[in-house]
Amino acid sequence: MKRIGTQSIMFDNPPTILETSSIVGPKESQGPLAKYFDQCLEDEFWGEKTWEKAESKIIKENVNAVIAKSGIPATDIDFCFAGDLLNQCISSSFGLREINMPFFGVFGACSTFVESMCLGSVFIEGGGASNVLCATSSHFCSAEKQFRFPLELGNQRPPTSQWTVTGSGAAILSANGKGPYITCITPGKIVDMGIKDANNMGAAMAPAALDTLITHFRDTGRKPSYYDAIITGDLGYIGKDILSELAETKGYNIKNNYNDCGVLMFDKEKQDTHSGGSGCACIGTVFSGYFFQELKAKKINRILLIATGALMNSMSSQQGETIPGIAHAISIENELPSIKN
Amino acid sequence: MEFIQSIDWMQLLRCFIVGGIICIIGQVLIDKTKLTPARILVIFVTTGAILGGLGIYKYLIDFAGCGATVPLTGFGANLAKGAIQEVQSSGLLGAFTGGVKASAGGISAAIIFGYIASLIAKPKIKKQ
Repeated sequence: MKRIGTQSIMFDNPPTILETSSIVGPKESQGPLAKYFDQCLEDEFWGEKTWEKAESKIIKENVNAVIAKSGIPATDIDFCFAGDLLNQCISSSFGLREINMPFFGVFGACSTFVESMCLGSVFIEGGGASNVLCATSSHFCSAEKQFRFPLELGNQRPPTSQWTVTGSGAAILSANGKGPYITCITPGKIVDMGIKDANNMGAAMAPAALDTLITHFRDTGRKPSYYDAIITGDLGYIGKDILSELAETKGYNIKNNYNDCGVLMFDKEKQDTHSGGSGCACIGTVFSGYFFQELKAKKINRILLIATGALMNSMSSQQGETIPGIAHAISIENELPSIKN
Repeated sequence: MEFIQSIDWMQLLRCFIVGGIICIIGQVLIDKTKLTPARILVIFVTTGAILGGLGIYKYLIDFAGCGATVPLTGFGANLAKGAIQEVQSSGLLGAFTGGVKASAGGISAAIIFGYIASLIAKPKIKKQ
């Protein structure tokens, strides 16, 4: 692998995304992408006593599902990278405590899925692993409790708020495979533009997404038109518009091929989520469900996946702190780039 | 029939309008400001206590009845009213005891019914 530009890494032998799997909750199951997900739950508790236990079960079952789908034995998976939104990432560590695999807990807020894939692909490219598992989860009810207010309070959500996706996305990366390949990664910097409102995360994360987007194009020399799709994680309606406009002022027109998983996940009219979806599972499930199938079917061949995260917690919000945003990008392509930098 | 005839419809209307306006203020604060719901609740109680303490809120209660007493501002006004009365009847310590005494019924009911509800109900996901 080779470091290019200021913060991107181009792979010499790009790892393949061997298989993905997704499980989503009841609200997501009524959304426009429902048919692409592997499993749709009818109950947000999924037979468990608490939402936290339900979230652990979701990531556990999804990891089992992706291993089963991939056809490679669990013992052949060398490392697991996983994370979620709850304090100390308990959904992942409790859900995966029986997985019997070397485990890295990753926290990047809603950028965790792509952060895991960045780390996993470097492990593979560096020769440290042949197969790596990347997983993430989030749950609307546990996230509301963690970051905003407990649902028992019954308070209204303001118009700028986004709906945390209930579900889990998981992917297995492999040194051996025929694509889709992770050809390049651009890990992002922490960007804080002074937004304080925990109910307006799209606006808080959009500047971070812009920074990573521009850096990726500058480092790789690629243009927005190089990609069939440029997809951000969970900026929602407000953040998507902000990013689109900011990018244009910087000279990058992404209006034709840009979309956001938070916008794609729910039906704006029928499912009134206010400003769209969010959460680790937003990009996790939309990529694992929808985009991976589109890549496999060659309907799209080059995708720039930018997962965005808001690196705050409830304590920082209570103390009046601003929200630092982050965005990590990976370039996924069906064909290997002919010219290597 | 007698019951229906005894209803003061104008009183109901005044109650509905005043209660509704107080709720609209809350809704506008949620939609148009960055105040959290918890802060809005505290603002309502404090405003009620100040208006009650100044003797203004009682005109609203006379006019609208439950339309003014049921919203949180009514709780604030009740706290202030209780504190003032207790100071008059039993001295300065009444400032600490009067408010809670006057609203003891509401507070106890909230705790007891909240507890009963928590035993028989399970929190659910929101519709939106």
